[in-house]
Amino acid sequence: MTGSDVTRDGVEEARPEREALTGAHTGRRRRRRGRGERSMVPEARFSSYYGKPILNKPVWKPLDIAGYLYLGGLAGASSLLAAGGQATGRPVLARTAKLGAASAISLSLAALVHDLGRPARFVNMLRVLKPTSPMSVGSWLLAGYAPLTVAAAAADVAGRYRMAGAAATAGAAVVGPAVATYTAVLISDTAVPTWHEGYREMPFVFAGSAASAAAGLGLVGAPAAQAGPARRMAVLGAALELGAFQLMKRRTGLAAEPYEQGRPRTLLRAAEALTAGGAALAALAGRRPGREGRRLPATAGAALLAGSAALRFAVFHAGVVSAEDPKYTVVPQRERLDARGR
Amino acid sequence: MTRGSAAAAGGAGEEAVRANLLFGPQPDVAKAAGYTDTPPRMGFFTDTSVCIGCKACEVACKEWNSVPEDGLELTGMSYDNTQGLGADTWRHVAFIEQRKPLGGQEPGTGHQDVDVFDAARSLGTSASSPGPGATAPTPGSAPVGAPAGEISPVSPDGRTELRWLMSSDVCKHCTHAACLDVCPTGSLFRTEFGTVVVQEDICNGCGYCVPACPYGVIDQRPHDGRVWKCTLCYDRLGVGMEPACAKSCPTDSIQFGPLDELRERAAARVARLHAAGVTDARLYGENPEDGVGGDGAFFLLLDEPEVYGLPPDPVVTTRDLPSMWRHAAVAAASLAALAAVSFARRPR
Ligand code: SF4
Ligand code: SF4
Repeated sequence: MTGSDVTRDGVEEARPEREALTGAHTGRRRRRRGRGERSMVPEARFSSYYGKPILNKPVWKPLDIAGYLYLGGLAGASSLLAAGGQATGRPVLARTAKLGAASAISLSLAALVHDLGRPARFVNMLRVLKPTSPMSVGSWLLAGYAPLTVAAAAADVAGRYRMAGAAATAGAAVVGPAVATYTAVLISDTAVPTWHEGYREMPFVFAGSAASAAAGLGLVGAPAAQAGPARRMAVLGAALELGAFQLMKRRTGLAAEPYEQGRPRTLLRAAEALTAGGAALAALAGRRPGREGRRLPATAGAALLAGSAALRFAVFHAGVVSAEDPKYTVVPQRERLDARGR
Repeated sequence: MTRGSAAAAGGAGEEAVRANLLFGPQPDVAKAAGYTDTPPRMGFFTDTSVCIGCKACEVACKEWNSVPEDGLELTGMSYDNTQGLGADTWRHVAFIEQRKPLGGQEPGTGHQDVDVFDAARSLGTSASSPGPGATAPTPGSAPVGAPAGEISPVSPDGRTELRWLMSSDVCKHCTHAACLDVCPTGSLFRTEFGTVVVQEDICNGCGYCVPACPYGVIDQRPHDGRVWKCTLCYDRLGVGMEPACAKSCPTDSIQFGPLDELRERAAARVARLHAAGVTDARLYGENPEDGVGGDGAFFLLLDEPEVYGLPPDPVVTTRDLPSMWRHAAVAAASLAALAAVSFARRPR
């Protein structure tokens, strides 16, 4: 279609100054494919308004919000490790996890405040409690959880206030799992296709990712004799994270396509390699305790921590991609509409 | 009290209302939001079939609401340089160029064989020339110079020609507004007119409402952090005036009024267009059974919604929220179980 058809007297096909397409021809067509990988979904044809996005994409800063998702998970699962370590007489593991939980949640609050612009805005979050707003529920969760982790860590480091410290540790372990998984609801409760469509599996992905991150921290910080639970948690967490993610990709179809392209794809591959590799090293460290010294568990732990972070960034960026391309909004909705027969 | 009226009315739709307030038809949004004595629900009916793309609405909205300039860009994609709704564009006129004849209109431009002096002499004397002041030929008559028995030829070789579609887009003031549902501060609220408004002194700039809106309406203003969108001129409504955009629209493409009345008017307009052969005409967003419980601002379109940059079948995200919380609760329990298993001593 190079000739103009806005002509008279059959002089169509005269070449315009530059190629300007109109109407049905402006819909964005095929984009570049993931390197060498077969696309999981058939090519989508659709119309759109000059290829402009339908949704307004998230305005969140990636480092702040993906970081927030990651640190919240790390903290939540660490609280479980802390309580377990304390109950089973593994003081170094418990202390590592308590310190980890307290600093991770403080950092995540800092990230949130940085994204909001100023600290007073976090206080404003507690104006109301709205069950329809996961962010409101989450703010209240954090307001309850963060002081518990800090109290638990402080009591441990000070070596005093045993009872209060134990109570805070137990309390943090009760709230921790909710802190680790509510963030999945937070991002799923949006119109962003890749996030919303995955709402069933996303909490499990986040739970697994939180477990593997916390286990990674435990492996880095605790001696081999006390790190047994962290090693098992690493394997279980990695399995849950990677398994739930595969399930999510399979079930959400077109909405999972952004995971296979560009930056999210790179991040996701890194996350898979680091998490699976870290879990394998953790298992290996369990088989040959002490033989490799601190090097093997520390490597495993670092890989798990990095893998969990890469996964959160992959999820974040894939969501942004799906909001920016009208295809992910139009095609499934159009199919749904046509299936209903108008 | 809605419970009482629901019991009285019965019906499947009412069941849906009771079953899940996050989704489905909601006959009285203002009452559901806690108001007791309210005016009728007000809204917009935007009839795009008469829009001339003059952008008076965009300008009037900016003027009345003191909306800042939003980057004077030349996009080169069409006559549309505002591109879409955002923090500083509360009304947006879309310009769509298509290779289709506009239904009921003859876009042929070949008048080479018309003798204009002859045509002028016969002004007002023949049926095909309705006289000074008339702007359209009487129905069924062919223009002077058209081949006998035909309405003017569409194009020399049967090709179709271009048509312009113009449509003034705005916040839909959804019955179930995702932006309002997810706002953690209560900054977004439902007015007594059933519309959705942001209170800029309470907005936290958390940006949660932005990706929640299924229509891509509300957005964050850079350097401000807070979000902005159409208020349906809440300040004007309060004193009995119509919104600035509707007031300024020279063709009445933007109509403002009680939603029930607008729905009737829209149905009549679609019927008229269909009778006139404009079979593409359809309403968008007027159905209370749709994914957002119906829009407070709905449209008459001449093509599929996605052509105008509108989602074909939007669903309020909070419809799935109960299920999301359930999945998250199970996942949280799994995480706790996973930790417990990790600490369980393996049997030797
Ligand atoms: S269109 Fe978007 S911004 Fe407007 S009321 Fe609906 S959800 Fe809110
Ligand atoms: S950005 Fe403002 S209006 Fe939007 S959800 Fe956050 S606090 Fe509410």
